[in-house]
Amino acid sequence: MPKRTDIQSVLVIGSGPIVIGQAAEFDYSGTQACRVLKAEGLRVILVNSNPATIMTDPEIADATYVEPITPEFVEKIIAKEQPDALLPTLGGQTALNTAISLDENGVLEKYGVELIGANVAAIHKGEDRDQFKDVVEEVRRKIGHGESARSVICHSMDEVLAGVEQLGGYPVVVRPSFTMGGAGSGFAHDEEELRRIAGQGLTLSPTTEVLLEESILGWKEYELELMRDKHDNVVVVCSIENFDPMGVHTGDSITVAPAMTLTDREYQILRDIGIAVIREVGVDTGGCNIQFAVNPDDGRVIVIEMNPRVSRSSALASKATGFPIAKIAAKLAVGYTLDEIPNDITQETPASFEPTLDYVVVKAPRFAFEKFPQADSTLTTTMKSVGEAMAIGRNFTEAFQKALRSLEKKGSQFTFVGEPGDKAELLAEAVRPTDGRINSVMQAIRAGATPEEVFEATKIDPWFVDQLFLIKEIADELAQAPELTTDLLAEAKRHGFSDQQIGEIRGLREDVVREVRHALGIRPVYKTVDTCAAEFAAKTPYFYSSYDEETEVAPREKPAVIILGSGPNRIGQGIEFDYSCVHASFALSDAGYETVMVNCNPETVSTDYDTSDRLYFEPLTLEDVLEIVHAEQQAGPIAGVVVQLGGQTPLGLAQALKDNGVPIVGTPPEAIHAAEDRGAFGQVLKEAGLPAPKHGTATTFPEAKAIADEIGYPVLVRPSYVLGGRGMEIVYDEARLSSYIAESTEISPSRPVLVDRFLDDAIEIDVDALYDGEELYLGGVMEHIEEAGIHSGDSACALPPITLGGFDIKRLRASTEAIAKGVGVRGLINIQFAMAGDILYVLEANPRASRTVPFTSKATAVPLAKAAARISLGATIAELRAEGLLPARGDGGELPLDAPISVKEAVMPWTRFRDTSGRGVDTVLGPEMRSTGEVMGIDSVFGTAYAKSQAGAYGPLPTKGRAFISVANRDKRSMIFPARELVAHGFELLATSGTAEVLKRNGIHATVVRKQSEGTGPNGERTIVQLIHDGEVDLIVNTPYGTGGRLDGYDIRTAAVARSVPCLTTVQALAAAVQGIDALNHGDVGVRSLQEHAELLTAARD
Amino acid sequence: MTTSTGGTTKVPAVLVLEDGRIFRGRAYGAVGETFGEAVFSTGMTGYQETLTDPSYHRQVVVMTAPHVGNTGVNDEDPESKRIWVAGYVVRDPARVPSNWRAKRSLDEELRHQGVVGISGIDTRALTRHLRERGAMRVGIFSGNALPDEGTMLAEVRQAPEMKGANLSAEVATKEPYVVPAIGEKKFTVAAVDLGIKGMTPHRMAERGIEVHVLPATATVEDVYAVNPDGVFFSNGPGDPATADHAVSVMQGVLERGTPLFGICFGNQILGRALGFGTYKLKYGHRGINQPVQDRTTGKVEVTAHNHGFAVDAPLDQVSDTPYGRAEVSHVCLNDNVVEGLHLLDKPAFSVQYHPEAAAGPHDAAYLFDRFVSLMEGQRA
Repeated sequence: MPKRTDIQSVLVIGSGPIVIGQAAEFDYSGTQACRVLKAEGLRVILVNSNPATIMTDPEIADATYVEPITPEFVEKIIAKEQPDALLPTLGGQTALNTAISLDENGVLEKYGVELIGANVAAIHKGEDRDQFKDVVEEVRRKIGHGESARSVICHSMDEVLAGVEQLGGYPVVVRPSFTMGGAGSGFAHDEEELRRIAGQGLTLSPTTEVLLEESILGWKEYELELMRDKHDNVVVVCSIENFDPMGVHTGDSITVAPAMTLTDREYQILRDIGIAVIREVGVDTGGCNIQFAVNPDDGRVIVIEMNPRVSRSSALASKATGFPIAKIAAKLAVGYTLDEIPNDITQETPASFEPTLDYVVVKAPRFAFEKFPQADSTLTTTMKSVGEAMAIGRNFTEAFQKALRSLEKKGSQFTFVGEPGDKAELLAEAVRPTDGRINSVMQAIRAGATPEEVFEATKIDPWFVDQLFLIKEIADELAQAPELTTDLLAEAKRHGFSDQQIGEIRGLREDVVREVRHALGIRPVYKTVDTCAAEFAAKTPYFYSSYDEETEVAPREKPAVIILGSGPNRIGQGIEFDYSCVHASFALSDAGYETVMVNCNPETVSTDYDTSDRLYFEPLTLEDVLEIVHAEQQAGPIAGVVVQLGGQTPLGLAQALKDNGVPIVGTPPEAIHAAEDRGAFGQVLKEAGLPAPKHGTATTFPEAKAIADEIGYPVLVRPSYVLGGRGMEIVYDEARLSSYIAESTEISPSRPVLVDRFLDDAIEIDVDALYDGEELYLGGVMEHIEEAGIHSGDSACALPPITLGGFDIKRLRASTEAIAKGVGVRGLINIQFAMAGDILYVLEANPRASRTVPFTSKATAVPLAKAAARISLGATIAELRAEGLLPARGDGGELPLDAPISVKEAVMPWTRFRDTSGRGVDTVLGPEMRSTGEVMGIDSVFGTAYAKSQAGAYGPLPTKGRAFISVANRDKRSMIFPARELVAHGFELLATSGTAEVLKRNGIHATVVRKQSEGTGPNGERTIVQLIHDGEVDLIVNTPYGTGGRLDGYDIRTAAVARSVPCLTTVQALAAAVQGIDALNHGDVGVRSLQEHAELLTAARD
Repeated sequence: MTTSTGGTTKVPAVLVLEDGRIFRGRAYGAVGETFGEAVFSTGMTGYQETLTDPSYHRQVVVMTAPHVGNTGVNDEDPESKRIWVAGYVVRDPARVPSNWRAKRSLDEELRHQGVVGISGIDTRALTRHLRERGAMRVGIFSGNALPDEGTMLAEVRQAPEMKGANLSAEVATKEPYVVPAIGEKKFTVAAVDLGIKGMTPHRMAERGIEVHVLPATATVEDVYAVNPDGVFFSNGPGDPATADHAVSVMQGVLERGTPLFGICFGNQILGRALGFGTYKLKYGHRGINQPVQDRTTGKVEVTAHNHGFAVDAPLDQVSDTPYGRAEVSHVCLNDNVVEGLHLLDKPAFSVQYHPEAAAGPHDAAYLFDRFVSLMEGQRA
């Protein structure tokens, strides 16, 4: 039964900005789906507001709309494109919710669009708690297995309180309906916690619904990934076991595939239930994910939930098994059956089978609590991790230790030296699941805890506990052995110990261990992920390392380029870098190279087995990369290793790789040093005659104080060699400088702290450029909306710059060229400038692909990362212009006047975090980056583009209603004009007394409202916070006060987050928002695809 | 929970293939030496069922799943009274069993039953070798004083081959026994034990069938002495080309037109009874993830397999046989191997795989219902 012939065009909805719980995995799945549909000859129409995705590359779909994913905008696209069908299951909860809205408001019917790959009834049955309970009951009636946790559905706080009685008391689990990543759910141990969690849950749920549930904390947790076709053939693609038992969101758990601690009988029960559930829910075609809890004492099985769509776990399962769930889901949606689809990996057998693994896969989450010091770091059923790493090994210990070192975080690997601490304390610590609990467990074991004690504290399955003991015993053997024998070293490597760990235990340098190891002939081999445990030959070189006997890397003829990826997503280093790596792979493959990708992030397109010629799913540490280079050197010629596209991770390896004789292509390590080392970079600037803010380097407080005294407060302080502004702070006085130095653990003589003059009121400018040694190609100039001092990753920006003139661009071009030349860049460079008064200061230069490369590429319709990859391997800008990869004339610095305006807006994860007493975390922007993702708004004028960026990031800007304004003194002057504009648009203004006074003097009426600190008035007048909570405020403008008073607006801003009211925290954002509101109020906002924009732009260039 | 001891046993062990390839590892289970046919099984669960499946008699089983023994050994999951594999090859045996039903560790069980195994070798390399070169004879030698490689290889090459081996009688029950129906008894079935797995009569009993399990040596008269509504031929080890006795008994059943169902070896016997040949597969199907298509419905089922031989019957045509028209009812989508036969004019069918599914998925359980329907049809 081949594909349907009645569908000619399909609309695919992406998942929008990267947020916690919905990350790069949907770019991976969406990209796969779009490619499949296009290959099937369908016209693919895509909407996704996230520019940092491969799926929004213009060649992936026929019409790519970088527009907000809201029912309003998607309807505009449907009206324009008239697609036959809508595929909503590949863009996470965002796409599914949007599709449901479009179905419910009649848009799909109006335009005759068929929902494929899902039906609304099935989505409701799968996602609505009440209906899903009925599904599980029906399944139990039919097959005799599976049940739901006892629970009650509640729609109000009264029902919630009554519900607890019904369940027999605390603790209870609270789960809001229809939220993604388990947003808003948690455990309540008493009424206070219940009121808080359930209150927020009722707000978050689009249906004002939460579920209260009996606690199954500590049970074993499993997931199955299933696929079903229209003939009712069902396969289980993968089983996943959570190392952390029930109570921790699966996205925050260490997870293992396949399941490790189930007998066949128990596994088949889960499989039977899974199949019965997918049938009962009525998922017509496609993938779904089902989660189970199993009572470790008697095997009682509870079906927790199902996702009737491709999920984060499906991406993990695809990478873990080699079975491409999203790709196959897309094929099933257009009519194929599983037996008609070949297995890509074997190419001979069909997809209607269940992968079997002869290896173990471990996924470990990466957290960013250091960015949110106020936030409670306890792991609950609300997902809090920002990324993940996956590792593959031939046994659990190997995969596990590889996964931990893939996290690239200080202390993520087990350490076996030093005093472990007090056993009882460590065990007590291990009771509370946190980022790093696993390290407390290991230290408790070192301190003498028994397996029983570890199980009691953590409920981690005894088999896993024993694996931890096994690791510890090997560490003991390493420590005690008189010498490192072949057997001992081989055994340690077989269980995943890194050279660095072994060195630490033996008191040797890592490179010495490596030398010894190589001398003894102990090296990893590379095995293939083949879906079938070697039953059939694999045609796809998807490798992982193992300390085993036989390698499967085949010889090759063509020169290979090894591209180092960016590792787990983290704040400051996300999907944008994967984008650049994938582009490099495509461009270099087109240029005739064999491409070899190295990465350990399962969410990405780069780790799709058909992105590059070869894929090594490996940690990005020096040891692991050196071994891959060695293996590939044995296989054939190597043209070089690309380090400039994967962010700071590969950049940090460049020098050491070079020292080990590995050829680095593109910008050489010395040039990287010249840009990153303060002294060397200062020399570059000096030679080029460019000013930088006054600055100095210090390793002690007296040194820092001397510098600050000289250049004057406020100063910007930060540790050197960091990404995403980690630890960066604006310091206004000496007292804070002293405490900053005292608190910072990162500072040492080899890692000094940088002290810069802070430029108040400066315009910050970002430039992405290409340099080939001779010629500069200015990729794009971005003008930040927020002033300098807000991390560039958290700041909104516009391209082309909206207030800079031709003279400014000329200066920026000249400075960029001088720096690129002075540093010695070959490829991409990103420079941050600050324009203060009339002086253009250079803030910093990064000799690598930046976070903004995808945005710049899309805004100017030029593939910068592809060009950078080619330049790295020797092509010149002139050649690339001639080839057509770069425009024949001009560049991103001189865009035509009618070029579209693109606005990038950052998306912040505030709603995810609470402090230990349950209050929200503050939303003020600062020099430390905290955004998880970004959206792009593109239109012909700035106001509309900005309005789109807000709609894509936070929901539409209000066009009328009540606006509350409270600004810091220094902002009062610049607030007047935008405030007047708001009034002109019909807004009623509310303000605190000080702000209201200034407004009044300028002839603008504002109603005075009470501050939170003033409390409720004598006649019951509500405070601003109460008004926000009561839903009576539509827009909030609240800028933080300079020093000390930063917390004044805290309650306002957290209330805004809780109620999802747009909240602007800078006056610049207010000015931009007013332009956006103006655009929204002046007629219809249209949609235009990137392809159309590019056509217009190209025409204008010629 | 048992306190773990410092790593697995460090007694050396060697695995020697008849083509001379050698793998060195550590002893697992009993220490000693053993010989058999090297085969690999790709199931990730169900080692207890695999070990006790009589079809593995005289075979040394290589587990492709690296971790084996994690759930220990319980008293409910064995498919027969003992472990049948001749030897066991695993990469990373569990040190501690973890399951609420576990009674002891797998290592203990293997030692207790005298099963020689090896651990810590590159099982994937071995599997790929067998895939490329085919199943072959193998020896495992463990202990602190091992013979030299030449001696070991010579011993392996002296061991009997699987081709031409007649093994059913070695594994089947010597005395008949009855598995009573669960609930109301509806039918009586005579099951000829060629190496039957415990789950098979259980699946029948669940459907109201009283199962009379008869020895492999049972005659047509023995079969009909229980006055059966249907006759069943089980799975079992060895080369179907040697199973002349079973073939002639089945022919007797076919002549009488009694509803007949065969599994695995039973499928090969039906193939031979109908006049088709059988042949040895290069490396067989052993695992619980094999896609089989039911050609009567077009549906795909994920099934448990354990067979090294297959029936040679034409896939796309109806064949005339002494018992009327026959066709291939099921086929493996991986390699188009015949996975089921059925007669169009008589109530008889068989499948090459394991609908009783222990271990494995339950997708093919409908075949027992089909057997019941045939018996109902015969009564009506």
